[in-house]
Amino acid sequence: MVKVNAKDLMEEFDLELLNKEEDVAFRPITTSDLSRPGMEMAGFFTYYPAKRIQLLGKTEVSFYNQLNDVDKKDRIERLCTYDTPAIVLSRGLDCPKFLIESASKVGVPILRSQLTTTRLSSLLTTYLERELAPMTAMHGVLVDIYGIGVLITGSSGVGKSETALDLVRRGHRLVADDSVEIKQEHDGVLVGQAPELIRHLLEIRGLGIINVMTLFGAGSVRPFKRIVLSIHLELWDQKKQYDRLGIDEDKIKIFDTEITKMTIPVRPGRNIAVIIEVAAMNFRLKRMGINAAQQFTEQLSNVIDEGDRDEFL
Amino acid sequence: MIEKTVVVKRKSGLQARPAAMFVQEANRFNSDVFIEREGKKVNAKSIMGIMSLAISTNKEITITVDGNDEEAAMESLIAFINEEE
Repeated sequence: MVKVNAKDLMEEFDLELLNKEEDVAFRPITTSDLSRPGMEMAGFFTYYPAKRIQLLGKTEVSFYNQLNDVDKKDRIERLCTYDTPAIVLSRGLDCPKFLIESASKVGVPILRSQLTTTRLSSLLTTYLERELAPMTAMHGVLVDIYGIGVLITGSSGVGKSETALDLVRRGHRLVADDSVEIKQEHDGVLVGQAPELIRHLLEIRGLGIINVMTLFGAGSVRPFKRIVLSIHLELWDQKKQYDRLGIDEDKIKIFDTEITKMTIPVRPGRNIAVIIEVAAMNFRLKRMGINAAQQFTEQLSNVIDEGDRDEFL
Repeated sequence: MIEKTVVVKRKSGLQARPAAMFVQEANRFNSDVFIEREGKKVNAKSIMGIMSLAISTNKEITITVDGNDEEAAMESLIAFINEEE
């Protein structure tokens, strides 16, 4: 399970920790939603989303500052719960009275940023959505071919890594070999990356582990890539029907996102790297509105229709 | 399909060489073998996948085997990670 805590936020956004104790910063953040507790400051705690990061901007703090001490104490104590992951002050605001004492009592980290509230809020949301996105690991190779993220899958020993090597030699980029960590950052957006430990590495039977970046240069690798196409390699099965026209598209589903899937049979004499390269280009062409298979079928049916008409004459 | 959660007893864990041996062992069988650790699931027949998990000794892993020789595969893989060299 991916975990984010206040410490990560501090490093990412250059935040300042106002609590005296450093260890409060390890409280996990579990949701990407933020809350601006304006209503709570006014005393309405019925729907208080305690599990979210509480973002205090100029409005909340100035409202708080004009309350009397009894109300201030009450509001701030109810704001700091054991569930609250962090309280963030924007615009480099001064820390409101009683906040540090109450927060330290229950171990809520108080962070301060110099950014404006809206800017900070959008940056925090984007960062948290990315970090907290659901993740899965898939067996396969991820390559960037002409800007198309292609996930090559298939059973062990079918030649995925060898194909990747061939593609890298042709100037494409390797993202991950063997194990691809896939995150769904938003609906419909799948991003794949390599596990830290095996980044830039490729395993080729008979050669062992090779480092693609040192062998082929920094231009031959990428840290992450959006996946839009999946290509499944399998040993040629005589009895199976393979796509001959390319009109229908097969799909696979990862999380809630569907991506196009092609199945390519492997047989000696078929250069898989070239086929995959062309598949990626053709996929790109289709997205630009040029579909060779479709155009051809239309032409064919036109000719057939005309043939029918000739017979009537 | 059978699934088992085990603790790795091998002293050095699955370092590069033991990992390679483990993968070789897994490849002797027809069944599909997967290993899961802390929510990450990898194919046990691929060395990079296994190494990316960095399995050390005393760690808990879940082995999933699916296929016609699953019983034998599971037995031999568990024996491998329990071996104390």
